[in-house]
Amino acid sequence: MSTEALLSVSNLTASVDEKTILHGVDLSVRAGETHVLMGPNGAGKSTMGHVIMGDPVYTVNEGTIAFDGADITELSCDKRSRAGLFLSFQAPVEIPGVPLSSFLRASIAGRPGLEMRGKEFRRRVKELAAQLDMDTAYLNRELGVGFSGGEKKKVEMLQLLLLQPKLAILDETDSGLDVDALSVVSRGMDAYRASCDGSLIIITHNTRILEHLSVDRVHVMVGGRIVREDDASLIPWIDEHGFESFEREAADAAEAR
Amino acid sequence: MAKQRTEVADIDRSLYDFRYGEEGFERLDAGLTPEIVTEISQRKDEPEWMLEFRLKSLEIYNRMPNPTWGPSIAGLDMDHIVTYVKPNTDQKADWDSVPDDIKNTFERLGIPEAERSYLAGVGAQYDSELVYHNMQDTASKMGIVYSGIEEALHEPKWEAIIREKFMTLIPPTDHKFAALHGAVWSGGSFVYVPKGVKLDFPLQSYFRLNAAGAGQFEHTLIIVEDDADLHFIEGCSAPKYNVANLHAGAVELFVGKRAHLRYSTIENWSKNMYNLNTKRARCDEEGEIEWISGSFGSHVGYLYPMSVLAGRRSKSSFTGITFAGAGQNLDTGCKVVLGAPETTATVETKGISKGGGIQTFRSSIVATPAAEGSAATVSCQSLMLDDESRSDTIPSMDIRAKNVDIGHEATIGRIGDDKIFYLMSRGISEEEARTMIVNGFANPVSKELPLEYAVEMNNLIKLEMEGAIG
Repeated sequence: MSTEALLSVSNLTASVDEKTILHGVDLSVRAGETHVLMGPNGAGKSTMGHVIMGDPVYTVNEGTIAFDGADITELSCDKRSRAGLFLSFQAPVEIPGVPLSSFLRASIAGRPGLEMRGKEFRRRVKELAAQLDMDTAYLNRELGVGFSGGEKKKVEMLQLLLLQPKLAILDETDSGLDVDALSVVSRGMDAYRASCDGSLIIITHNTRILEHLSVDRVHVMVGGRIVREDDASLIPWIDEHGFESFEREAADAAEAR
Repeated sequence: MAKQRTEVADIDRSLYDFRYGEEGFERLDAGLTPEIVTEISQRKDEPEWMLEFRLKSLEIYNRMPNPTWGPSIAGLDMDHIVTYVKPNTDQKADWDSVPDDIKNTFERLGIPEAERSYLAGVGAQYDSELVYHNMQDTASKMGIVYSGIEEALHEPKWEAIIREKFMTLIPPTDHKFAALHGAVWSGGSFVYVPKGVKLDFPLQSYFRLNAAGAGQFEHTLIIVEDDADLHFIEGCSAPKYNVANLHAGAVELFVGKRAHLRYSTIENWSKNMYNLNTKRARCDEEGEIEWISGSFGSHVGYLYPMSVLAGRRSKSSFTGITFAGAGQNLDTGCKVVLGAPETTATVETKGISKGGGIQTFRSSIVATPAAEGSAATVSCQSLMLDDESRSDTIPSMDIRAKNVDIGHEATIGRIGDDKIFYLMSRGISEEEARTMIVNGFANPVSKELPLEYAVEMNNLIKLEMEGAIG
């Protein structure tokens, strides 16, 4: 494990429609590490994931995002993707008329080491679909259209395995899934880490997905601020006590400001 | 992280935007008089009744007002539209003997190649006249007739049929440009499919308007007899000039009992074209007409293919897409008359507007008192690609029968930023992401087209989307 950070977010302040969501957030992830970003609903966790990925809906008012040795704060999100960042969406979109397989092909086009010929591509995608218990018939269906919540999440995992990013942010990938789907997602995460020694930031408010995972670092976010950072031992504690004490402290701190 | 978007005034149309000189071509004086109409008829050596029909149509044309309910046609000065341009060749059945510049035009558009690969027959019209016509032996052995309509008019057997049908679905009294068509029509195709004959490969015609300031007024007459089956494709294009061009063609389709006709069009006229085209089909008992229509070109377009469901259980389906970019005002849609019991009609359209373009969907469903037990559904989706463009939906329904089921739904939307972000987060560029979404939107239409045309349509969309982002 290198000591140099793969992702380094410093003093990140971001807003949407003039409303500040993130207040001076610092976060650092080294290659191969698994981090967990937890917190109550509305804490700014998803915003954090979207801002790191470069969602133009948000404005970065202050701070920098460095990834793999380069400042990417001003980079468009397609270029961030090509630099090796990935975001698994909480609510993946539907694109009528675009077959899933065409979309997957476009996503790997022109990527050194990932672009494949037709036959090879089809074989690879089928292999990944089987790994995720996904019916290959989905590949010919329109992206996201008529997919259940679980199917959409499987498609996100399929992309994760196909693109093999250096860092993947999984935004509530576990939310709303039944036990079977949850185990598929866990398997996907394991496969990702095994295949390319990738780093992970897992955004969740549920500790269940973390049970079989070796977690390096846990960050608790409340009110757009990281209020606590610790090792994996924090997870069972949160499981037992929830976020209430963090929320109380944050409210007190806000009053003091 | 604010992003700047700029619109490009015009796209690279070099694929279509080439033109050749008119050396050796005959041109009639601009403007419209009985003398010009008589001269057109005489040159074509037409039967007397056709000349009379033309002169009567001219009278109707002169007393009819311009339409005022649609996009403005004020830029169209009829005194300066040359009605008749005859290329320096007569019709050929051998591609090699077509003059080089005309041949190059069609080769660039891929017409002979398409014929070699999958078409049963091809007709190519350059300005006012057909320059090339050919049909595979198999089709003619089946008794199918595919010829120039003027050629057919010189054969007594077909003359009688043409006289019986010509401009009965679209009478010159219908509107001003139908009257104009009746007066100056020139070129076009005649297709006759005998009873029970089913053709597996499509017939195709391609219209190319090369001359500046000219009009194209081709007449297409297709008769599909009882139990027969045909797919007919028409494509149109023209280079861009600074003066207005006019297209006022007419398409009349007669579909027999239990017969089936699919009529596909990809229209890509240049953006100085006034496309005032009229298309109509009549279906007898259990006959079926399928319209596939892609409108990409023209400055102003009025286009509403109409199905007259005259026989019990006859059917009409219309699948169309219209793409209006900068400087375009395209008013398109479909009309259906449910004129017999248990008829059914479906209309599914997609409209796209961009760069200040105006796209209007206009439909009319009429259920006559005879239409008991009939059903129609109209669905129309529009996509506006920016804030300066416009999409409108103007549906009309006139129900005079009992027990009919008519449904209409319309949606108008924009490309969601969330969709763009999602695609871009997978490494796809913004331009490619937008093109992908628009192509997906158009997919229900393109999947109905033969592969070559689906590819052409995707390319046209790509061409329109290129350079749209700064």
